[in-house]
Amino acid sequence: MTKQLKSFILMSPDDNCATALEDVSKDSQVQIMDISITINHDIPLGHKIALADIKKGELVKKYGQAIGVATENITKGDWIHTHNLSSQYIQEVLKND
Amino acid sequence: MGYQRPKGEVGIRNKIAIISSVVCVNHVVQQIANQVENAVPITHPLGCGQFGPDYKNTLNTLIGLGKNPNVFGVIVVGLGCENITSSLVAKNIKKSKKPVEFFDLQDIKGGSPAAIEKGVKLGKKLSKEAEEMKREPFDFSRIVLGLECGASDSISGISANPALGIVSDRIVNYGGISILPEFTEWIGTEHLLIKRAIDENVAEQIKDLLSGFIENLKGLGINFLGVQPTPGNIQGGLTTIEEKSLGTIAKAGKSPIQGLIQYTEKPKGKGLWLMVEPSLDVESMTGLAGVGANVIIMTTGRGSPCGNPVVPVIKLCGNPKTYEWMAENIDVDMSPIIMGDKSVEDLAEVLWVKLKSTLNGQETQAEKLGFNDVAIWRNTASPFQYMHCK
Repeated sequence: MTKQLKSFILMSPDDNCATALEDVSKDSQVQIMDISITINHDIPLGHKIALADIKKGELVKKYGQAIGVATENITKGDWIHTHNLSSQYIQEVLKND
Repeated sequence: MGYQRPKGEVGIRNKIAIISSVVCVNHVVQQIANQVENAVPITHPLGCGQFGPDYKNTLNTLIGLGKNPNVFGVIVVGLGCENITSSLVAKNIKKSKKPVEFFDLQDIKGGSPAAIEKGVKLGKKLSKEAEEMKREPFDFSRIVLGLECGASDSISGISANPALGIVSDRIVNYGGISILPEFTEWIGTEHLLIKRAIDENVAEQIKDLLSGFIENLKGLGINFLGVQPTPGNIQGGLTTIEEKSLGTIAKAGKSPIQGLIQYTEKPKGKGLWLMVEPSLDVESMTGLAGVGANVIIMTTGRGSPCGNPVVPVIKLCGNPKTYEWMAENIDVDMSPIIMGDKSVEDLAEVLWVKLKSTLNGQETQAEKLGFNDVAIWRNTASPFQYMHCK
């Protein structure tokens, strides 16, 4: 297996999250485009980090598209997953439960 | 290179399909297929006591699998008391003008051993006839490509899926057909899909399908979280259905959307079509085979071994850990994309070469390992749903 050339990928310049291309340890320093980021959690391959602070209620964008709404304030470098991001579609259904 | 069928379609395989009309004869069908060269078993848990849309889906899917251009000839086996009968399935497959045999176990003295013997005898005759056919050259306009993804992680959407999108567009540009199933994985992307619809009517159909499904969930009070995305998707980094869907639709490239087709409905023309199917891999691939796909390409991030009895399934994996772990089940390693040393376009070329060799007869890993998975979508509201002991 060749060595991983970069740790994260940004799918679109509009995005406020990036996807890990390898397992990345907490406290790693990474450069994504022109942004320097300290990683706040261990990030497994395929998982996302915040490229900037995202306020509760704001949209998280990947591929240049909204992939859901922040359910709490997210700090730059945080892991973004089901604990702080929710769908605008399937979540609506949950409210009926 | 493929096999010309009587009605003009082109097969890339020359299989003998042994089909159960009903669950009760699955063992018989399996035993016949085991003893006949180039035969595949088509078994399933259905065929008896079916009604409404379920009845139609099972009947039309079995007919579609028999009619699939990769099938040279068919033997349909029934028990004798079911409502999806071997004669009904066989009669409809015969419209394709290919050789079709059928019988019911209850009509044969000697029970299952005699039925197996009869099936093997008929199968060997068909197999011999099939061997006499030779591959002929055909162009890509004869390809019906099924686009599948399963056991996805967030790596699929940034690697294997967009590479498959390039290949899908190429098939469409050559005048072929490409089909994207799995409608629950379009949720959250309808604004992108409707922009690609060829007309207002198709755009409305897409909107109505997706909004209707969300309304159904609300009306029934169903919690779909954890169904879409699946627990495995979530472990693989996919957080929401929107994120998963954006990866899913990347498989369909950028081509215009010609229209929607039902689960057992053939595309009504060339180009890219969307199929109404609920996003379960084996049901989806069975449906694609049932509407005439001659090849399926499936991306997988966490690793799926699935295949189809009549359609070769080419498996792609963009996740280097999964590929290393499950290489035996994967046909193309797409991980150079995320390792940073190859582009999506580079790997689309690698996939194109693999597609061509598969069309020309090279077996996929799922074929080599004998995966003959069949599952048929059941979508009838059941009168049994509230029946239980008090």
